[in-house]
Amino acid sequence: MIEIDQITKTYGEINAVDAVSMLIETGTITVVVGTSGSGKTTLLRMINRLVEPTSGGVRINGEPTDAIAPYLLRRRIGYAIQGHGLFPHQTVARNIAAVPRLLDWPADRINARVDELLTLFGMDPDEFRDRFPQELSGGQQQRVGVARALASRPDLLLMDEPFGALDPIIRARAQDDLREIQRKLGSTIVLVTHDMDEAIRLGDRVGVMDGGKLVQYGPPEEIVERPANGFVANMVGDAERPMRLLSLIPVRDLTEEGAAEGSTVPETASLRDALSACLWTGRDAVPVERDGAPIGRVTLAAIRHRVGQHP
Amino acid sequence: MAASDVSPAAGLTVSPPGVLFALLGAASLWLPFLTLRANRIVAGEGAAPWEVADPIASTAALIAIAAGLTLGLLPSRPWVRFAGSLIGLAGLVVLLALGAATLLKGADNLARVSPAAGFWCLLAVIMLLMADAIGGLRPGPRLRFALLAVVLAGLAVLLWSGALNDLSPMQEYRTRAAAFRTATWRHVALALGSLGVAAAIGFPLGILAFRRDRVRAVTLPVLSFMQTIPSLAMFGIMIPILGWVGDTVPGAQSIGIAGIGFAPAFVALLLYSLLPVVANTVAGLGAVPATSVEAARGMGMTAWQRFWTVELPLALPVILAGLRIVLVQNIGLAVIAGLIGGGGFGTFVFQGLNQTATDLILLGALPTVLMALVAAILMDIVVEIAQPTLNRKYP
Repeated sequence: MIEIDQITKTYGEINAVDAVSMLIETGTITVVVGTSGSGKTTLLRMINRLVEPTSGGVRINGEPTDAIAPYLLRRRIGYAIQGHGLFPHQTVARNIAAVPRLLDWPADRINARVDELLTLFGMDPDEFRDRFPQELSGGQQQRVGVARALASRPDLLLMDEPFGALDPIIRARAQDDLREIQRKLGSTIVLVTHDMDEAIRLGDRVGVMDGGKLVQYGPPEEIVERPANGFVANMVGDAERPMRLLSLIPVRDLTEEGAAEGSTVPETASLRDALSACLWTGRDAVPVERDGAPIGRVTLAAIRHRVGQHP
Repeated sequence: MAASDVSPAAGLTVSPPGVLFALLGAASLWLPFLTLRANRIVAGEGAAPWEVADPIASTAALIAIAAGLTLGLLPSRPWVRFAGSLIGLAGLVVLLALGAATLLKGADNLARVSPAAGFWCLLAVIMLLMADAIGGLRPGPRLRFALLAVVLAGLAVLLWSGALNDLSPMQEYRTRAAAFRTATWRHVALALGSLGVAAAIGFPLGILAFRRDRVRAVTLPVLSFMQTIPSLAMFGIMIPILGWVGDTVPGAQSIGIAGIGFAPAFVALLLYSLLPVVANTVAGLGAVPATSVEAARGMGMTAWQRFWTVELPLALPVILAGLRIVLVQNIGLAVIAGLIGGGGFGTFVFQGLNQTATDLILLGALPTVLMALVAAILMDIVVEIAQPTLNRKYP
């Protein structure tokens, strides 16, 4: 568990980060979202002490981060940034091995870890190990950047706009991959972004920052359904809200007994997908399936009712 | 260099630079190839390439030159053009060696034969052809080094064989072989020594200037200003300054510091060397991607580890390019040391100027040019090796 306690950073007269407190559960993704200048990156960089807090502190699994030298702290915390920050003069393998080498791992353990990570990120080790970063596509560079940040199995992974330099289609895939790998490894991730879609898509919990303050912190459903103030509502976007809400709810929650015509949707799909299917084919209900077998249906009326329930 | 990229499909069947070289080469044939003079300082008479040796030998050598230039016309075959340049060079050297011997036959003991405009122009054209062909070959560092070694070995064999001993610059050399050896080492000591000291001062200064805006704001303009002082004036300025130091500082004279000689020349070269070293160190460190440095910091590298494993390797090609500039510049500038008694090849150049003995000037100038060329090629190879990712391609 990561405990951020009343952390503040003051530059001159301005509080870039103003008394922010957060509890971050182990094995979850927490996304901090805000406009530029909201203090979200400063908050992130105070966790690994790239920025020293003016007051307040951070504890990782109960241990205060100011108990050890900053460079030793950072070796225990993964760090991935926008534009990947790979070392252009080193091969993919050497880039990924950077932190394990700082930690003096034996060579065979490093090599095994590099191959394991490349495989995990869907890159054939024999093909990619000895390439240089500029010989990779943007998406591959980004994956190597995240693999490098995960190489030493850090307690915590910090990501600063990690997908900012990717085009939309590759970005969506990279987000899915990150979610899947996080589930598989049980990593704890704090990710900073300006993109509310990304926050809702990835976050187990979402923190919204404005003017150095954490204005709302909760599960994505809560951010969409009950924005704490006008700023959060604006970030979510009035016109987008129904769709964002539906995209967070799986079809299984509204599945009812009964039959429907036409193509099916899986129970794990979102209500947004179900609504889309209804509208596109002019149906009032769509059949729901689990592992290929029909288990019921979801109706347009139920979806409408669910959206209308928000406070 | 781009000629090899032109595909025959584009309608071009000859290499455009090859045409230029062939035309220039043909024109050069009409210039006097060798000059025969009654002694080493009077003006002489030019001899055309076909007059310098017996008809059969001349014709064979001229055919070789013509064949070489013709092979140079072929586009998209750099190996053939390279072979052409070698054939042309062989013809040129044979004509030079035979011509010198033939012209001197029956001439007075004091008579001298020197290469004339025709020879120099042909040599320049053929070397350009060779450079163009090698550029088309895109050789890796190892092949370039091997080519350089082969060319230098060929030159050494040619000089040691005595085939060129009849030429006037070689006669100048024979009368001062010992002085030539001393001058060579002195020239190397001036050029490399000042480079070494400039690097020892310049790297730390460059790193400091990169880190501290104030240091940079002072250092770079001062060094730029020094670079604008004309070299002759710079060597002149050193005379009173070091003369004063030698006279007033105790012990200074005993370690060789005086107004004239090695010390002022060395210091002048050092001052010229500082700007390229410092400026390229600053530029190289500035070109290191900020995200790489940020990532290195974020992953827990200490400042020292960051510098050695990220910043320095990424800045190294630019820093080495600065050293290349300095080395080539110093080899050329060190000639002027001859004027203030600093030794080196400049000694022969200025003696030759005083005696109006062109061939003595050449004895100083030619090795300087050769040394600068070799240094430039070697440093290019080192710069390339410092960039492991350059020229790498994946299918």
